[in-house]
Amino acid sequence: MSTQGTVEVQAASRWFGDVVAVNTITMALGPGVTGLLGPNGAGKTTLLHLLSGFLPPSRGEVRIGGMPVWRNPEVYRTLGLVTEREAVHGFLTGWEFVLSAARLHQLPRPELAARWAIDLVELSDAEHRRMGTYSKGMRQRARVAAALVHNPRVLLLDEPFNGMDPRQRIQMMRVLHEIGAEGRTVLFSSHILEEVEQLSGTVQVMVAGRLAASGDYRTIRRLMTNRPHVFAIRSSDDRGLATALVALPSVRGVDLDAAGLQVRVGDYGSFTRALPAVARNTGIQLRQLLPSDESLESVFSYLVAS
Amino acid sequence: MNPTIARITARGLVGRRRFLLLLPLPLVLLVLATLMRSFDSALEPAVTTVLIAFGIAVVVPFTALVIGTGVLGPEIDDGTLLHILAKPLPRREIILTKFAVACGLCLPVCVVSLFAAGWIIDSVRLGAGFAVGAAVAAMAYCTLFGALSLLIRRPVLLGLAYILVWEGLLGNLVTGTGVLSIQQYAVTIAGWVSGSGVVDGRVSLPVSLIMAGVFTIGATLLAIDRLRSFSIAGSTG
Repeated sequence: MSTQGTVEVQAASRWFGDVVAVNTITMALGPGVTGLLGPNGAGKTTLLHLLSGFLPPSRGEVRIGGMPVWRNPEVYRTLGLVTEREAVHGFLTGWEFVLSAARLHQLPRPELAARWAIDLVELSDAEHRRMGTYSKGMRQRARVAAALVHNPRVLLLDEPFNGMDPRQRIQMMRVLHEIGAEGRTVLFSSHILEEVEQLSGTVQVMVAGRLAASGDYRTIRRLMTNRPHVFAIRSSDDRGLATALVALPSVRGVDLDAAGLQVRVGDYGSFTRALPAVARNTGIQLRQLLPSDESLESVFSYLVAS
Repeated sequence: MNPTIARITARGLVGRRRFLLLLPLPLVLLVLATLMRSFDSALEPAVTTVLIAFGIAVVVPFTALVIGTGVLGPEIDDGTLLHILAKPLPRREIILTKFAVACGLCLPVCVVSLFAAGWIIDSVRLGAGFAVGAAVAAMAYCTLFGALSLLIRRPVLLGLAYILVWEGLLGNLVTGTGVLSIQQYAVTIAGWVSGSGVVDGRVSLPVSLIMAGVFTIGATLLAIDRLRSFSIAGSTG
């Protein structure tokens, strides 16, 4: 895991007195966009502080691009950071703020870099206004531009969509998508599941300081064999299909209503292999088959509840 | 010295309301010096009450307290310091720049006002003596109070305690405290440079020079070390 652009956390813990905020977390992030999810107090922000070099782990190790992050300013050549606190120097204009970031990074052509970053977050119209007059969403975009100005391999964002209106959110999601698609590593925390679902299939879920699950949330859902999978099915003969399906060993229950069938399944693989055969043997035409609890919200609620 | 950090720090400092608190102190000093001169007061009480008791003991430390804590403290409190810290810059460069800005703003205020007051009261030489004493003290105070911003959450309170309790109260009651009193170093250096017999410090000149250096350099090194280990206050979010 020494590739540049890779985030590596090795058995990292962080406690504050008696409170364990992050508990023995091990994770490795590669290129692409990853969502960091968890209920309030789960330890997301503490983990991001550990990753950004602004908090030493009480135990364990955190590396970015193969370099330790704590007491190592060189890591910021690789790393861009948007913290949760939205404080900015209110007396600077947006342009001055982003340009100062470019200069502090000692970029060879800071004006060009600042122009690129400001255009990327669509802040050009307000760039010469003092940031003290900005809305929350504008300040957030200025901070994202400052974090991106040196084109970092790794971008960490704590609640990046806070204060943005829907149009700004969509635009920021597009920017993060593009950055991830370019092979950069983007980790963002959010408590809004729809945002994570739209932006990233890959999640790291934290619950009570621990990493509860990691990976593509649909895959995570399929691995939760202790919870039945729910499928919404519509067919040419819902009643007949329900009768045939209850006989399958993988089916735990079937509900029939006006909208069709709700089938609870114990074994995802067996059911999806058996269903076409059942339809063919009974002569029933399948019109719709939807896994109805494979949303991130379902996965998240199952993880938190467990 | 990093010009970008210097510009942001200076603009942040000058733009804050509490910076306005600095204006009256040098003006009051000059008014007092002028009154002493116009009333034809004797030299010794004029030097003791105006230049030492007000100039060195009030104007210099309070100016340095406002400026020294102002270059780091507010940025730590509101989180804007991260804009500078999340950059590949040696922490030494950040601290040296911020302390240079603090000294660059504090020195003119202290040096010019003490020089003018000394000149009004007696002579250019007396003014020069107090200007040098004020310069040495201003640098030591600025770095000390700047370093306090990285050590504790309420640097202004501890700075006030140092000025009022340690130097002001204990300094008059317990002679040994003078060894750790920047105010006493300034008086000794002012007396030596001005050659005036009425300016008599309680600490010897070598001790004053060495200890002023220890305060200035020690506080700077301490601040650099603390900034290397700067961490965001505990959060469980």
